[in-house]
Amino acid sequence: MDIAVNKTTYNRNKISPLKFALWASLASISMMFAGFLSAYLVRQAAGNWFEFVLPNLFLWSTGIIVLSSVTMHWAVKAFREEDERLYKSMLLATFCLGIVFIITQYQGWLAMQASGIDLKGNPSGAFVYLISGVHVAHVVGGIAALLVALIHGFTLPFKVTERRKTRLDITAHYWHYVDVLWVVLYLFLTFYR
Amino acid sequence: MANLVETAKTKEEALIEELGYDDHFHDHHHGDKYQSSFVSKYIFSMDHKIIAKQFLITGMIWAIIGAAMSVIFRLQLGFPEESLAWIKPLLGKWIVVDSNGFGTLDPEFYYALVTMHGTIIVFFVLTAGLSGTFSNLLIPLQVGARDMASPFLNMLSYWFFFLASVVMFISLFLNTGPFSGGWVAYPPLSALPEASSGSKAGMTLWTTSLVFFVVSVLLGGVNYITTVLNLRTKGMTMWRLPLTIWAFFVTAILGLLSFPVLVSAFFLLMFDRGLGTSFYLSEIFIGGQALDHVGGSPILYQHLFWFLGHPEVYIIILPAMGLVSEVLSVQSRKPIFGYRAMVLSILAIAFLSFIVWAHHMFMSGVNPFISNIFVVFTLIIAVPSAVKVFNWIATLYRGRVRMNTPALFAIGFVSMFISGGLTGIFLGNSAIDIQLHDTYFVVAHFHIVMGVAAFFGMFAGIYHWFPKMYGRFMNETMGKIHFWGTMIGAYVIFWPMHYLGMIGVPRRYYSFDTFDAFGSFDGLNAFITIGAIITFVVQLLFVINFFYSIWKGKKMTEKNPWKANTLEWTTPIDTGHGNWPGKIPTVQRWAYDYGKDGKEFITQVTPLAEGEEPSDH
Repeated sequence: MDIAVNKTTYNRNKISPLKFALWASLASISMMFAGFLSAYLVRQAAGNWFEFVLPNLFLWSTGIIVLSSVTMHWAVKAFREEDERLYKSMLLATFCLGIVFIITQYQGWLAMQASGIDLKGNPSGAFVYLISGVHVAHVVGGIAALLVALIHGFTLPFKVTERRKTRLDITAHYWHYVDVLWVVLYLFLTFYR
Repeated sequence: MANLVETAKTKEEALIEELGYDDHFHDHHHGDKYQSSFVSKYIFSMDHKIIAKQFLITGMIWAIIGAAMSVIFRLQLGFPEESLAWIKPLLGKWIVVDSNGFGTLDPEFYYALVTMHGTIIVFFVLTAGLSGTFSNLLIPLQVGARDMASPFLNMLSYWFFFLASVVMFISLFLNTGPFSGGWVAYPPLSALPEASSGSKAGMTLWTTSLVFFVVSVLLGGVNYITTVLNLRTKGMTMWRLPLTIWAFFVTAILGLLSFPVLVSAFFLLMFDRGLGTSFYLSEIFIGGQALDHVGGSPILYQHLFWFLGHPEVYIIILPAMGLVSEVLSVQSRKPIFGYRAMVLSILAIAFLSFIVWAHHMFMSGVNPFISNIFVVFTLIIAVPSAVKVFNWIATLYRGRVRMNTPALFAIGFVSMFISGGLTGIFLGNSAIDIQLHDTYFVVAHFHIVMGVAAFFGMFAGIYHWFPKMYGRFMNETMGKIHFWGTMIGAYVIFWPMHYLGMIGVPRRYYSFDTFDAFGSFDGLNAFITIGAIITFVVQLLFVINFFYSIWKGKKMTEKNPWKANTLEWTTPIDTGHGNWPGKIPTVQRWAYDYGKDGKEFITQVTPLAEGEEPSDH
């Protein structure tokens, strides 16, 4: 990749171009979810809308993903402070919490299914499956990034360089984003049912 | 002569050497890993200039396919009584030949041709082929960067477009035919495979292809925005950017914010098609059978689709506007008139484009009071558009215009934009739309204002920057024939359509046999078809000129043949990876110092003379 060329060329910039590119992509992802949520509101306003309460499992998963953001933040902080052990363990914890989040979401879908709200029924339920499903797809992307970070963390010799800081930052920003995104979606689906 | 060229070269080079920004480019350049083999140089290239050519040539192939489709369905519309048996070798079973040897175009395939023509031209040619080509070519060169922020993502952007192209191309050969429900793909027709044969596998491939396409647009867009904001060279403030870059930058923002909404519309559509949800589907009977879908709203899709769909027309036209602004200024040897007003009107158009989408839905059962709001915002777009038109004309006014092919196409763009823009004011009124919606008036309007106009902008850009791309010029004689053929041809095709539309002739119809009222238009329809065939042939002349000139065109002997101010003309004729061999130029002034202080042009790398007032205040 050409990152080396650009980095040396433009290190007078305050933000890394790659970080900026990530934020631009996040704006794009946000627009997709805004599309879903506005479709939800428009469809809801049209009537024939089945109202139900989300299974408690989604509240649990919300707690789990928020916690994973805390551990991620810790990992970044530890990396910058060159605390290798804390960095590695927190990165691993984040990764595990991410997996647990996805399992909890899946259990949540099963619980919805069991209570009679299935995909083919009223769109109110179908929207929940769709929105949480597309969100999980984005979490899977985050887990892939974490996996790369883990492989780097456990195989490369521990050394705090600018380049590795940027990489870790980008992973962390994305992870915090999918976390905040889920909190917003959860609150939305809870209050606009 | 050789001596003169030598001196001209050294002047800009000396300035870059003296004032340029040293990024130790060569220190990190052990061998050229980007261009070391054929595959990494021409196929999986990460060099923005090669990627630009890939977008351009892929776009050209699609343009030929898309235009050929229109010729075939125009044959049906213009000469419904003539046998089409002679195209059977090409179209196979889609031409039905009866026992007398008389061939007719299958009506289902007619719809598929119309649908594919729209999809291909809107997305593959005028989005990828136009913005993909020129954003890639010009952003790094004109802002003074070695390459895009992430050349790797840039390469992926092209290959996702390629993948989208392959999937769409395969769909043309399906037994059930490509998707045939119109380029807007409204449900329920698009959501129910049993609704028509094109809605089966054809629709599945259509959505798949467009999702890949959106990924390509987003990867490209993220790169363009990041490069413009982060990688501008020293001295290149936002207010010194050439208008091309402003246009590409704002286009990329529009794409980044609107295409994801199209993806959400497609996700809901895919769920309805594949998983049995009812987002868009309400109580429907097909063949007497009730489907078990209940409670969906097809209007919902239209809202989501046009939330992209409207910005999309500006995604198409803004790059053309940027190219035309630059070409007009350079070729008329005058600064662009009202630079800041040009930038502000680009921004205004971009902002307004997000709040006018429902003007595509006036007749879809939208609340008339809400329609009023959309009418007002739609008509307001005429203001920044008129500002731009005024400024282009004022730029030409009393300029020493070089009447070469790029200039002609740029002027032709202005003509088309005015003709097509004016009919937009008619259509933007919800009351007049009751008569005009879904007629040939709409077809005439959008073909002139965003189809032909965008093509003109693209042609102006290709003729103007061809020397930068290939180090040779395109043939002027062929270029001028191409221009006049296209200019006259486009008006011959689309002008009469206004009359058809005003009478109420509906678009998308296969035949008007059963409408006595429209019988008097047979001659006019034949006239339009002949115009379309001639215009199509003239485009082939362009293709011949393009490929002939790559290898045999007149060679470029100096770096800056148009005597332009922007940075791309300070790079070597054979521009290598990294664009400038030594230092990166720093920018001392804005891009439009033409005819200032008695000098014909002053390049952006030239420092202000003693006591000289900068023009960009």
